[in-house]
Amino acid sequence: MSILSVQNVNKRFGGLKALDNVNLEVEEGTVHAIIGPNGAGKSTLLNCFIGKLEPDTGSVTFANKSLLGIKPYEINQLGVSRVFQTPEIFADLSLVDNVMIPAFAKRDGAFKVNWWNTVGDEKDIRAKAMDMLQDLGLADKSSEIAGQLSRGDKRRLELAMCLVQDPQLLLLDEPTAGMARADTNNTIDLLKTISKRNITMVVIEHDMHVVFSLADKISVLAQGTVIAEDVPQNIKGNAKVQEAYLGGAHL
Amino acid sequence: MISILKKRSDIILLLVFAAVVASGPVLFQPIGAGYPDLLQKFAIFGIFAIGFNILFGLTGYLSFGHAAFLGVGSYTAVWTFKLLSMNPIPALILAVIAGGLFSLLIGWVSMRRSGIYFSILTLAFAQMSYNLAYSVLTPITNGETGLQLAQSDPRVLDVAFGRDYGAVLPTPDLFGINLSGYPGYYFCGALLIVCFYISIRIFRSPFGMMLRAVKSNQNRMNYTGLNTRPYALAAFVISGMFAGLAGGLLAVTDPLAGAERMQWTASGEIVLMTILGGSGTLLGPVIGAGVIKYFENIFSAFNENILLNMFSFFPEPLQHAAAWVAGLFVGEGWHLTLGALFMIIVIFLPGGLMEGAHKIINLFRRKTDSDGPQKSADSAPAPAE
Repeated sequence: MSILSVQNVNKRFGGLKALDNVNLEVEEGTVHAIIGPNGAGKSTLLNCFIGKLEPDTGSVTFANKSLLGIKPYEINQLGVSRVFQTPEIFADLSLVDNVMIPAFAKRDGAFKVNWWNTVGDEKDIRAKAMDMLQDLGLADKSSEIAGQLSRGDKRRLELAMCLVQDPQLLLLDEPTAGMARADTNNTIDLLKTISKRNITMVVIEHDMHVVFSLADKISVLAQGTVIAEDVPQNIKGNAKVQEAYLGGAHL
Repeated sequence: MISILKKRSDIILLLVFAAVVASGPVLFQPIGAGYPDLLQKFAIFGIFAIGFNILFGLTGYLSFGHAAFLGVGSYTAVWTFKLLSMNPIPALILAVIAGGLFSLLIGWVSMRRSGIYFSILTLAFAQMSYNLAYSVLTPITNGETGLQLAQSDPRVLDVAFGRDYGAVLPTPDLFGINLSGYPGYYFCGALLIVCFYISIRIFRSPFGMMLRAVKSNQNRMNYTGLNTRPYALAAFVISGMFAGLAGGLLAVTDPLAGAERMQWTASGEIVLMTILGGSGTLLGPVIGAGVIKYFENIFSAFNENILLNMFSFFPEPLQHAAAWVAGLFVGEGWHLTLGALFMIIVIFLPGGLMEGAHKIINLFRRKTDSDGPQKSADSAPAPAE
């Protein structure tokens, strides 16, 4: 069953046609990668899923609910979490606080003045956050300040913050951008483990190595249109894809 | 374990705080601040600063217009004295409500922007309020002269309860206790303790954690399913209510309200107090408020004769020179001292006086630790239970 459905999406920026009739179906429980050369419209497409951009025409539905015209926090409350190109974390809070905040958001909704309890009273939330940090190998750093972490650890923390909400859909925008090879491989392993939790993932990626080791299905975007959609083995041999990458001088 | 310890340390903090407030007249006597007028100011501006810190210290929204809420609180309190009763309780309740409503209005508009634009918007609103109070709304605020009590005021509640003040101008009293002098200080002090307690609760609560998240990364908050605006607005309104209470108390201890209370210098003063003490810390803003009010009162009271006496050990020409230089920093020029102090603090202790205190405590700890085994209770990761 498809959990995320993009139909006939068009988006223009002035004279530039960023998205040209894009159709995409993401099956529940799969890892779906969206690849393409620079300027293909990958980020524009992602921004249409999360309430940052509104397509000119077309529809984006998640679990049969439209994602258009609602705010990012409302989309998250529906069960969509997002990982950014540069990890977005609460840099001056401790790791455990960083993970507790999304857990509170999941339990209490978008706004609640919960001022009579102390954070220490919230044992369930704290335990949940600690478990998640444990899963991602950050438990021993739980009381450190998040801003001091390495890039790779920040990415782990951000994933912990998303996963603690048990999202139905996880959007990843170039999760390994700017990482050293070793960190990249660690992140791939991590994402593979996460995908076993039966979380649907949409990965926007540049790095072919990452895509081919992760994805169940790949959509190739070039100049705002989907030029190919298939399992990884078939994408490798696809002539159109090679044309798009080689022709665009992006090897 | 950690959470229990934290709670216990908060209880100790509150008890010590209450003890200091209770023993204020004795404690501040040696530094010449043991008289009720100044002690009242410590308590009232302490409340104002605690409230401001909930906004600025936690969410990072720097308001330059909080004096407007102080003024609104004062006007509301004086009007309540005039119309309802000289008892401070209705006056303060209404001052808090008025401060809250007024801050909801201003916050609703100003919070559409963040950073410097937010600050400018609040400043503009406060100046607008000041000008309204000073001239346009003269029927309500009595303009330049300031709003004062009159013997002929209706005071419906007092009349209903058969309270008659006779032919003298009434003063606020709490069920027969006159609230000037020390009783006034203890009344403000009790409220200061209550406010400090509320502040501890907010700081330690999940709500406080959300406010810190607003300061830290609003983008992440939005993509984490949290609506940032009501959180920031709630902090703004809470701090507006604290300011309303402080304004009301100013009227309780001295029942008149003037527009100058809303001027931008008053808004700036509360920013200085909070930063000087240490924004985002529990105690810092109260200390900052105390230090600034102390300087204002003590340094501005210095005159040339006192200075000449102080430097009398110098030979005469030097004595006059020294007194002249020092004279620049006292009396009318006490702001110069404040400015210098503020610069020193911001440059060397960006975390305010509280950072200085922590540095000294740590230095002391390190010395004692080198004798025995190192205790690392603070840095140990909290257990998951």
